[in-house]
Amino acid sequence: MRFDTVIIGGGLTGLVAGIRLQKAGQNTAIVSSGQNALHFFSGSFESFGEPTRELADLFSEAGIHLHYKEGVRLMPMGTFRPSALSLEDISLFPKPQFGKKVLLVNIVGYHDFFSSFIAQGLEEAGMDVRIRFLNLTEMGIKAPGEMRSVQLARTLDRNWEKVVQEVRLLLKDDDTVILPQVFGLQDASIPGRIRQSLPAQVVFAGTLPPSVPGIRTLHLLKHRYGVLGGTYLMGDEVVQAHLYEGVVHSVVTKNLGQHYLEAGTFILATGSFFSKGLSSTPEKVYEPIFGADVSFLPDRNGWYNPSFAEKQPYIGFGVCTDGDLRVLKDGAPLSNLYAAGSILGATHPELGTGAGMCLRSALKAADSILSGPVPSHSDNSPCHSDNSPCHSEQSEESVESQA
Amino acid sequence: MKYQEYTVSPHNFEECTKCTVCTVYCPVLEVNPLYPGPKQAGPDGERLRLKDPAFFDAALKYCLNCKRCEVACPSGVKVADLIQSARLKYDHSPIKLRDRILASTDFMGKMVRPIAPVANLVTGMGVTKTALDAILAIDRHRSFPKYSGRSFEFWLNRQRKEQAAFPQQVAYFHGCYVNYNYPQLGKDLVKVLNALGVGVQLLDKEKCCGIALITNKMTKEATAHATHNVAVLEKAVEKGLKIVTTSSTCTLTLRDEYPELLGVDNSAVRDSVLLASRFIYEKLEQGAALPFRKDFHKKIAYHTPCHMEKLGWGVFSEKLLRMIPGVEFTLLDSACCGIAGTYGFKKENYKTSQAIGEPLFENIRTVNPDVVACDCETCKWQIEMSTGYPVQNPISILADALE
Repeated sequence: MRFDTVIIGGGLTGLVAGIRLQKAGQNTAIVSSGQNALHFFSGSFESFGEPTRELADLFSEAGIHLHYKEGVRLMPMGTFRPSALSLEDISLFPKPQFGKKVLLVNIVGYHDFFSSFIAQGLEEAGMDVRIRFLNLTEMGIKAPGEMRSVQLARTLDRNWEKVVQEVRLLLKDDDTVILPQVFGLQDASIPGRIRQSLPAQVVFAGTLPPSVPGIRTLHLLKHRYGVLGGTYLMGDEVVQAHLYEGVVHSVVTKNLGQHYLEAGTFILATGSFFSKGLSSTPEKVYEPIFGADVSFLPDRNGWYNPSFAEKQPYIGFGVCTDGDLRVLKDGAPLSNLYAAGSILGATHPELGTGAGMCLRSALKAADSILSGPVPSHSDNSPCHSDNSPCHSEQSEESVESQA
Repeated sequence: MKYQEYTVSPHNFEECTKCTVCTVYCPVLEVNPLYPGPKQAGPDGERLRLKDPAFFDAALKYCLNCKRCEVACPSGVKVADLIQSARLKYDHSPIKLRDRILASTDFMGKMVRPIAPVANLVTGMGVTKTALDAILAIDRHRSFPKYSGRSFEFWLNRQRKEQAAFPQQVAYFHGCYVNYNYPQLGKDLVKVLNALGVGVQLLDKEKCCGIALITNKMTKEATAHATHNVAVLEKAVEKGLKIVTTSSTCTLTLRDEYPELLGVDNSAVRDSVLLASRFIYEKLEQGAALPFRKDFHKKIAYHTPCHMEKLGWGVFSEKLLRMIPGVEFTLLDSACCGIAGTYGFKKENYKTSQAIGEPLFENIRTVNPDVVACDCETCKWQIEMSTGYPVQNPISILADALE
């Protein structure tokens, strides 16, 4: 099967690049091995500056409304983090204090929302917090079998008005209500309608995964990609690539076997270690499909920081590219393979920059592809990381070079 | 470094990172609070069952074996295989007469075929349905598929000579449904393949693929079927034949369930078993042409059966249907129809089955197509019963569109 572009990886990066290319008239396919990091999405694209018109349109045409304000947002543990471009669900405040009296609402039987942590954090920031629990059964709502965010959201999408009524009864002189992010899985308008129906400021706070706003975003982007004519191969995995003289000709997938996917250009958006975009042995970090050059620290002892919450050097490892995001192999760019998203190793989770990097690089890769194949061997910026040298993989088994 | 090859756990269960993504995509968890969900029933439960089989939970019988958890898993864990294997291994409860009857599709076919007109009349009667419901707990809402007086094998045998005259030959694994209930689908396949210059042969006495035996935990019978079928498939492959199929579930069973669940080695035939839509798509891609009618007009909504989703081959049926001149095509959102073979026939599952299918039925009503296309016979029964829309296999639609 032949496409203009085959995108390997179906998360935020793959979908945004795919939508951008489909909108420009390309015929693309996305190969997605399992679900992606949008299931863990906070709702904020933190490192992204003010969105361009193009990006705002891309999302709003998919039914996703973004807002931009430089400020801070409330974290699931009651702390604050600088944020800007976000889904509408996410409240952005000028400073880490947003009210005097806060009603914090949790749900009986739900273990993935840490209201007491949040309360403590807010009290330290000078707010007055009351925690109250809603009992779904007493409210006449049949609780889901498994009390996880998504199951709750499916139930509450049908019953959010009852929740609003109950919260109204709990409200006294509180100026703010905090609810867990378990609203609007299927219907993106529900969080906004809850805000309009309560006589106080409503803040939605993050829960443990799966992320309800993240999954909604995924479904809307995926739907949009399909409407634009894109082919999304779910649950398939690229296991091999065919290269010839620095050009990728086709890729082999687990499900399609001998039926290769051919394309003029390819985007590598397979993510980082969790989604196996990068793998490691005790000696090295490598990219398993193309054997692309990867930047990593040669001394394994330097890969980790024993303090979990500190910056972890291994997260900064990633594939090496040129200035147009063309992937380097043996020090030279493959002329039609672009990398985007977390595999670039340019993200800093401790600052929450993952989703912003995905957006930026997805659009950059798509624009590089659309602006035509002009190989520029001159501007090879060696690596993204300041301290990790690039490593070439001389012979990677999965790559079949046709001699 | 190859040491990881030797440390792969059965069905990859040690790869589970407890990310909970599978719980988002389980259609049963959504509607049946008695089911513990794929994570708990699969990798979490397996860890306990390995210590002590007493941890086996009888509620695993609520698993549909739709494999959506596997398609969603970012870590490659074969969640549904873990669950079905556990049922085969640990569930020693006696097999009900009803389950034996439902699972023995080819035995029933052989018995009933000679008296098809009478049997069809009797099983269609309200009083019979009430009796089956009361005595055997087969839900009264269900209709048994009608039996055909002449089997497909009989029909194809009569034109063995004509078929042998075609320059290219394939063997057809038709399955029980085509042989006993709906020979027309087999005839449609023969029409399309003949138009491509391909003759169709029977295998040397195929048996039911055995999926219903597996899900009704009749391991011994299922293994006997698998061993027999692999032997006759090997014979065909040795003759240089590809094996085509028209049922996505038979295909998945022959290719993946045999080695994964029954331990039957099919490595000599696995890559030769192809759904007809893939085989035909590849012929067309290589330059063959089909003589399409000029006056064909149909609004088609394609439903990807769960096992097609797992195979990852829905793309072939989709592209094939889109190729037909005069077709207005809609890809339905991927969702389980709820029947899952014999599952939905059981009285205790009827409500769950219909609740699972409702979003799909709603989607179909909204699209309002002339016909729903899908490659699975039990999806067909479920969608026709629940929505009133006619359902056709893509191969039959293709046959209708030919001159």
